[in-house]
Amino acid sequence: MSSFARFIRPAIGAWALLLLVMAAPVPSPAQQVNPTASSVNERQLLQEMDRIQGRVSIPDQRSGVLMQPAGREWREFRNVALRWIGGVAVLGMLAVLVIFYLTRGMVRLESGRSGRTIVRFNTFERFVHWMTATCFIILAISGLNITFGRPLLLPLIGFDAFSEWSQWAKFAHNYLSFPFTIGVVLIFLMWIGGNIPNKVDLEWIKRGGGLIGHDHPPARRFNAGQKGIYWIVVIGGGLVAATGYVLMFPFYVTGIEGMQMAQIVHSVVAVLFIAAMLAHIYIGTIGMEGAFEAMGSGEVDVNWAREHHSLWLDQELARTGPNDSQPQPRRAASAAE
Amino acid sequence: MARMKFLCDADRCIECNACVTACKNEHEVPWGINRRRVVTIADGKPGERSVSMACMHCTDAPCAAVCPVNCFYTTADGVVLHSKDLCIGCGYCFYACPFGAPQYPKVGNFGSRGKMDKCTYCAGGPEADGSKEEYEKYGANRLAEGKLPLCAEMCSTKSLLAGDGEIIAQIYKERVLKRGYGSGAWGWKTAYRETIES
Repeated sequence: MSSFARFIRPAIGAWALLLLVMAAPVPSPAQQVNPTASSVNERQLLQEMDRIQGRVSIPDQRSGVLMQPAGREWREFRNVALRWIGGVAVLGMLAVLVIFYLTRGMVRLESGRSGRTIVRFNTFERFVHWMTATCFIILAISGLNITFGRPLLLPLIGFDAFSEWSQWAKFAHNYLSFPFTIGVVLIFLMWIGGNIPNKVDLEWIKRGGGLIGHDHPPARRFNAGQKGIYWIVVIGGGLVAATGYVLMFPFYVTGIEGMQMAQIVHSVVAVLFIAAMLAHIYIGTIGMEGAFEAMGSGEVDVNWAREHHSLWLDQELARTGPNDSQPQPRRAASAAE
Repeated sequence: MARMKFLCDADRCIECNACVTACKNEHEVPWGINRRRVVTIADGKPGERSVSMACMHCTDAPCAAVCPVNCFYTTADGVVLHSKDLCIGCGYCFYACPFGAPQYPKVGNFGSRGKMDKCTYCAGGPEADGSKEEYEKYGANRLAEGKLPLCAEMCSTKSLLAGDGEIIAQIYKERVLKRGYGSGAWGWKTAYRETIES
């Protein structure tokens, strides 16, 4: 009996082991396969990157971006932040200029007009200036329309009229960007010589540039304030041009996030640029007697040059002498000189 | 009124692109524009999923919020539509959209996007329902005929669902309950700020 048991026990053991081995890989009905356990997951993908991208079989490969919630932050910038930045910059600058005009008034020619003039900007320089300026004003108005038109202008003129105007404004904005960019490049090349900051500028800034009080700190062809405007135009103009072309030619340079960034840079630089140009327009027109002629006829009164650009005038007189070929109707008035 | 939504059950989508083709054909969408596309994520790897995506007709739609000329409107059914007469083709809705829905036909001149085109939920535009003008600008208006979007109607696996948000969410929940898994309603969190718990 015991010998039989001794024989049968390993046999039972072997069978049991075999059953166990065979049973293991077969899933029980309770342990069902879960195909999503290893599948891609929306929340996880969005946490890893700020967008979900895949493959598409249509020719437009850019449509492979499935989801990109970053647009919500851009929307917040465009609808809230930008309106504050732009509103404060433009209205703030206007307010400052109005207050300045009311308290300081026009910066007069203290020594009166001499009647003698000197060439300040030649025809080419004035052409470049006015080409850039005209483009800038149209670009500024059509640009502000995109940000402020919907809350301010649309309720006044209605959907159809506003849309029609905005359509033309967009065309103008796109096409005038080209002469504007050319203008910025020419301004950069044309006036770089006189716009490198130097020691004279420090002195000019220290003495308040003649804006505060009635001081006339010496300056060469361009004073520190004008150099500031020059670099605002060159750097600001360069930035708006570069970012503007990124937006005008979608996907040539960047994808959506890049275009959102480009729009942010473009709009912030543009509103600050507009604010700076308001100050530039002010001082070039009603802010200072005798200043507009520099870009108008191109010739300024010698006394104006002496008060505002003494070092430049000395240099020019040493080189050529004043422009005596011009009619001199007011020589008698300034005989005391 | 129903709140119309799309729901793509990614566990059922087989990337057949029938929705894409149906949409293009139904609305005679011009060359180069796709109102709907199927994106395959983790293509060829374990856990690969395909999702059919078009305009999700978001709640508080970002496109409508950023449009400089306010050309968008939301219908009583929650469908986000726009007027091509008012659109100036500036591209802003495209920067704001989380789903890449707005498309612009390339018109001859450099730098000028044409009037924006996007999924209308087969609901046309502001013109009279079923009119020739509406069809030419926006495509068919199936909703006005009492039909649902064609992409979802002809989806071979019924992966893409369209209709009242509550009803399609219920259908999806039942599916998930029955089969025991589901990778969620893609895009719902972003579009409608809600998810379907599975």
